[in-house]
Amino acid sequence: MQWQIQGDRPIYIQLLEQIKLGIISGVLPAGSRLPSVRDLAAEAKVNPNTMQKALDELGREGLVFSQRTSGRFITEDRQLLDQLKTELVTQHLEQFLGQMRSIGLTREEVLAIIKDKLSEEEKE
Amino acid sequence: MNTDNRFPLLEIRNLTKIYSNIQALNDISLTLERGRIVGLLGPNGSGKTTLIKLIAGLLTPTHGDIFINGYRPGKESKAMISYLPDRTYLNDWMRVMDIIAFFADFYADFSSAKAYDMLSRLQIDPHARLKHLSKGTKEKVQLILVMSRQAHLYLLDEPIGGVDPAARDYILSTIIGNYNPDATVIISTHLISDVERVLDDVVFLAYGKVAMVSSVDDIREKQGKSVDELFREVYRC
Repeated sequence: MQWQIQGDRPIYIQLLEQIKLGIISGVLPAGSRLPSVRDLAAEAKVNPNTMQKALDELGREGLVFSQRTSGRFITEDRQLLDQLKTELVTQHLEQFLGQMRSIGLTREEVLAIIKDKLSEEEKE
Repeated sequence: MNTDNRFPLLEIRNLTKIYSNIQALNDISLTLERGRIVGLLGPNGSGKTTLIKLIAGLLTPTHGDIFINGYRPGKESKAMISYLPDRTYLNDWMRVMDIIAFFADFYADFSSAKAYDMLSRLQIDPHARLKHLSKGTKEKVQLILVMSRQAHLYLLDEPIGGVDPAARDYILSTIIGNYNPDATVIISTHLISDVERVLDDVVFLAYGKVAMVSSVDDIREKQGKSVDELFREVYRC
């Protein structure tokens, strides 16, 4: 997995987001076992307690579950995974639309540039 | 490792250190728990090295008390502390392998296997004499020696200042991956942005006093700034 910690936001939130992205994109497949906290922390070059905090939060949200002796696993709850995906897509979309609005584009203009861009990419 | 949980790992009470007429530390009190990686941050001359040397038992306080697992600095505390000084103290004519044997002889908690493993990861020849190594490589060797012990408290005074960014990354992951979960690591450094993500807590020193103690994510959450940015703001010249 690729880890990127930057800027001024809390580190555990950034870890949380990146693990969620890994789950949605299938880099971390549903039902698979997560590496140990220590290994994940070493990989992301972050403090183990911070990684633990991110995983605890994932646990609270039901995205990972612990099995007493064999470690942490990613949920196989399809509904939950779909919901997570929708949330993330909505979040990006709202951010994008907000930016377009602040540039001064109308709804019609936004729709038009999206169509143009998609057909352009299709040709390539 | 025998850990006596009745006492905090490190307790400092009203600590003052005066060098002839310079006051290096002024009435510091601080308690650190087990299993934390703590950044000791502050501008030049703020008392970082003095504080570390006092904890290591190399200096005696002018006033105040220090307890490591309930012990005052002395024979017992030194067996629990692995200390990386801010300058080199090893004999230049020795070979790396001789120094490892020396450490293995000296410290009951030293693991030669761990040391050799780290040497090979950093591609350092155990047969090389210290005086033939570059400044940065010498620093790496010293850090390897310090991290190859199973200590309760690691005191690292500027551990990454002289090494290249790739080795810095390796050293930081060594610190994360290697230390005992019950052990605490104190890292003093100016290179805050490099170490920020491995720290639990930061202690800011200024003019010989503790200016702030906080967790890294608390600073980011409450102030909306990285520790590096906050440092630049607090200590603006």
